[in-house]
Amino acid sequence: MTELVLTRTNEMIDPVLHAWGWEIPVYLFLGGIVAGMMVITGFFLVLGRHRHASCVCRVLPALGIVLLSAGMFALFLDLEHKRYVWRLYTTFQVSSPMSWGSWILLLVYPALALAMLARLPEFLRAGVVGRIARAIDESPALAWWVGTANMLLGVLLGVYTGVLLSALGARPFWNSAALGLLFLLSGMSAAAAFVHMIAWERTEREALARADNIFIALELVVLMLFITGLLTAGQSHEAAALLVLGGPFTAVFWVFVVALGLVIPFVMQSLAISHRTVHSAIVPVLVILGSFALRVVFVYAGQYSRWI
Amino acid sequence: MARFGMVIDTVRCVGCMDCVVACKTENDVPEGFNRDWIAYQTEGRFPTLDMEIRSERCNHCDEPPCVECCPTGASHVDPFGTTVQVTGNECIGCKACVASCPYDARFIHPEGYADKCTFCAHRTVDGLDPACVAVCPTHCMTFGDLDDPNSAARRLLDSRKHHALKPDAGTKPRIFYLT
Repeated sequence: MTELVLTRTNEMIDPVLHAWGWEIPVYLFLGGIVAGMMVITGFFLVLGRHRHASCVCRVLPALGIVLLSAGMFALFLDLEHKRYVWRLYTTFQVSSPMSWGSWILLLVYPALALAMLARLPEFLRAGVVGRIARAIDESPALAWWVGTANMLLGVLLGVYTGVLLSALGARPFWNSAALGLLFLLSGMSAAAAFVHMIAWERTEREALARADNIFIALELVVLMLFITGLLTAGQSHEAAALLVLGGPFTAVFWVFVVALGLVIPFVMQSLAISHRTVHSAIVPVLVILGSFALRVVFVYAGQYSRWI
Repeated sequence: MARFGMVIDTVRCVGCMDCVVACKTENDVPEGFNRDWIAYQTEGRFPTLDMEIRSERCNHCDEPPCVECCPTGASHVDPFGTTVQVTGNECIGCKACVASCPYDARFIHPEGYADKCTFCAHRTVDGLDPACVAVCPTHCMTFGDLDDPNSAARRLLDSRKHHALKPDAGTKPRIFYLT
């Protein structure tokens, strides 16, 4: 038996770390879904299908800018020394994922804006903006470059949301290189589900439903590898894995993340894709909520875990 | 360049908390927060129990994760004594350093910046011991340059069995506990 008693009672630290509240899962979720939107939009632009994909290329980039701004606002709310936030942009700290993230976000906005211009409605095409919009719209090479930039930055943004946590070595639950890939796949799945939910053209809707099922399957594989990785590592990592295997986060993880967020949507969507049932909004809503639940569980369980 | 560290004799420590009070007084630590604290660790099976009493604080690690993850450089390694310090007006309060510390040695000061033990840099620069070391009634704490073979701290480490906290975390802590 080992019993450890501390006289320390620091706020946010004791009895277990709870420095990050709802703001961080919201930021990671919105950052992830925007990353997915960038990859999907970029893919359509690279293939030159943006003219026929009304929802993806008309709605996603503009919505991405709004959602990312909302996510950054949530992150800003989490800061304890808000008036010094500008310090992020007076330096670049090569070993800090957060520093990388803050600079990547500065590149993401112009990339999203250019993707938005590719399908800018005719009545907004005036002046310089109109000329840039027409150039992208009419030049396949330019559209390819904008698409490639969106795909690359989308992948970087999605992976970054996971690396942000996995780089914090003090919390065994986060110590996995799989986290970057897991959060990227989750973001892409949520973005595909979003298009599935709102697209008004059937071909676009069904294409993204099929893509979403692939993302969900891959996410399930990576999630299981993540847990296996923790279980086969040292004592501290095994204890971290047990947080979702019998510990306090078991129910929320298996019910909201795995069952409602991945397995049930996968089965329902598979039936719809093979035309045995009709497509419904239930699947994308479950996928999007599951993607958010994943961030909630990971942020809270990670803080709960510690080196033994 | 000196590499300051601390050696604490757990056989002598009685957990009186003088070090805790001295730190709070010397550094004006806000009410409800601690830069150092006492840990009572009991191991074994009754009646064969073994208790270790320790004074704990920031370990001023050789590989500090708090410095590596800081996005603004507010957390940095100070060349004087190669200690880990925080510049309050460069800190944005993102709490990455708080989450990255395996010793939970950091907290957010009520004014919004990350705070922790400084090894009393304002005292050591004048050749004084940190306040916690200076007041210890059992003289169980020894502060000094771990790279100096003639320092009292180095000589203790060379002559006594010791351990550091959570070595598996890979941070190479610089506070050692004599057993």
